[in-house]
Amino acid sequence: MNDNMLRIENLTVRVDNHQILKDFSLNINKGEVHVLLGPNGAGKTTLIKAILGFKKYVVESGKICFKGEDITNLSISERVSKGIGVLFQRPPEINGVKLSKLLTVCNQKRSAFTKETTENACDSDLDEYMNNLAQRLKFSEDYLERDVNIGISGGEIKRSEILQMMVMQPDLLLFDEPDSGVDVENVEIIASVMRELLDRDKVPSKQEKSGLIITHLGYILKFLGHITRAHIVMNGKILCSGNPKQIINAVMKNGFEKCKECISCIDPTEKFEEVDFTL
Amino acid sequence: MINKDKIVEDIDEDIDLNEYKVEDLKTSKFYNSEQDIPEDLKDSMKKVGIEVDSDKSGIFLQSGNNPDLCVSKVQGIELMPLKEALKKYDGSNGKLNLQDYFWKAVASNKDKFTAEAAINEITDGYFIHALAGQKTIFPLQSCLFIPPFPGLKQVVHNIIIAEPGSQLDIITGCTAHTGAKSAIHLGVSEFYVKKDAKVSFTMVHNWNETTKVRPRTGIILEENAKFSNFYIVMSAVKNLQTNPIIKLIGKNSSYYGQTLIYAKGDSYFDTGATAHLIGEGCKAEIISRVLAVDDSYVIARGKIIGDGKNVTGHIDCSALLLSPTARVDSIPAINALNPEVILTHEASVGKISDENIEYLMSRGLTEDEAINLIVSGFLDVDTSPLPPSLAKETEKIIDLVSKSEMG
Repeated sequence: MNDNMLRIENLTVRVDNHQILKDFSLNINKGEVHVLLGPNGAGKTTLIKAILGFKKYVVESGKICFKGEDITNLSISERVSKGIGVLFQRPPEINGVKLSKLLTVCNQKRSAFTKETTENACDSDLDEYMNNLAQRLKFSEDYLERDVNIGISGGEIKRSEILQMMVMQPDLLLFDEPDSGVDVENVEIIASVMRELLDRDKVPSKQEKSGLIITHLGYILKFLGHITRAHIVMNGKILCSGNPKQIINAVMKNGFEKCKECISCIDPTEKFEEVDFTL
Repeated sequence: MINKDKIVEDIDEDIDLNEYKVEDLKTSKFYNSEQDIPEDLKDSMKKVGIEVDSDKSGIFLQSGNNPDLCVSKVQGIELMPLKEALKKYDGSNGKLNLQDYFWKAVASNKDKFTAEAAINEITDGYFIHALAGQKTIFPLQSCLFIPPFPGLKQVVHNIIIAEPGSQLDIITGCTAHTGAKSAIHLGVSEFYVKKDAKVSFTMVHNWNETTKVRPRTGIILEENAKFSNFYIVMSAVKNLQTNPIIKLIGKNSSYYGQTLIYAKGDSYFDTGATAHLIGEGCKAEIISRVLAVDDSYVIARGKIIGDGKNVTGHIDCSALLLSPTARVDSIPAINALNPEVILTHEASVGKISDENIEYLMSRGLTEDEAINLIVSGFLDVDTSPLPPSLAKETEKIIDLVSKSEMG
């Protein structure tokens, strides 16, 4: 049985004329949740868009495998149909398309992808289902009738994104800064949904979903339970991977620049407990 | 195909009205009731949202230059051919004098098309008169139809009067038979909306690639009068030019206009609206949505003149280009003649951004599905300014027309 969810092998990605990712490799197995840390411009968002297959993100070499299948040359929708979902950091505004409409389309797509029968999903059931999800995210019903991402706050955008993920129920979830621009209360709401989407409350043998989380703050990780591994990305490469607690503490204490010298992690006298970061 | 290198002012080609003929009116039919209308005509009417057998307040049908049918079902709302109305309302015995409204909102010497309508003795059209305080519950319907008569000149003059406190909801459909080659439609419409009256007007055009169209519309709004105008054209056309002039003379009167154009083939549109805000506190909003494909060319104009004290106006012209050879010129103009006005505009022309398409694709939609969703969102007009029954009808019409025209 192949337990591999996402395997990125020696990926080099160019955007316009700049090489952003260089020989990048990453492996995420079923049930694992990885965290990606790194300074602005390190290539974290590029990685997510390259995994999805956005046009501007040109793969020069290497490959991306999902559930053992090479998806490097598939379209975005084909990749998504296989079970990849994403929460964007800054999604675009879509004029005239209501969030309720987008959620309905997401739901149809999910049913089609999973070949699930929709016999009991009549319109009113669906409305109720959507409204329940929206309520969990503290959205009023009229919010669903607004145009996607128009005239709403940063925190609302993140909640709208995760609402779409609740409907899509992907196997691999990519989170691009789910906590940036979100107040403390809403971070907890978002984290509780992430926890659920990522099977964090199930026993490890029942954890089927995988996740890749990009974050600057690390605060949200407090609420997510066990994180498998953390990686530091700099200049388009993984500089360091390891125990999330150890790595996050080192970054919090010394910043990314020190990571280049790798002082914190190799110094045996370093006391990680000094930074209170309960994972 | 229109030469796109030419500047805008040069493009409006000259039309020689002598090249067009009027049909022999002696052979025209007159239907006594809706049931008499032949099925193929009913089908044409349906494409512009006119449902013959439905329960509406009244119906008017004019094929070519002859009013064929006129049924009014509601007391207090008069609907009749204009010629008949001119005879009836001559000002005698204290009656309304229609001459007081004749060519007052549109000048007869505005251009050769209005002059043609003023001079040509065949000119007829509809007269709608809502008596004071009367309200339509279901919309009135009117249909102007160009029969399969090559080179036909259809000359129409409509007058609509909403007396104080009345409410009028009208659906107008103008359409040409598929066999109507190289016809021209000249349509003069004059609206007089009096104190506290409200008119909601949805107009759908469905022409063919040989039709030339010159509607000339004037609207006069008195104190506290409200006008909502929805104009939808999604068919091909040869050349269409229209620019309703709205004079908001009364205090606190308001105008809301929304135009929806789907331009395809070699169609050329020059559409707009000009609102003159004269009365204190009056306001206007002019919105246009243009979707241009193939080799079409659309000029989308909007002009608001802020004259009175504390008036507000906003223009929003947005256009999506769905073909590399389509062209849209968006020309919003705001003109303040008084410092105490608030006038704003926004305009955009361009293709659908890859960012938006890819975002929707990341939710599992294919590229085509993503484009379709964005386009349907673009065309999802806000019908909330219309009364509920007309809003429902208008949404239904847009849905129907977009399905049949866009596939």
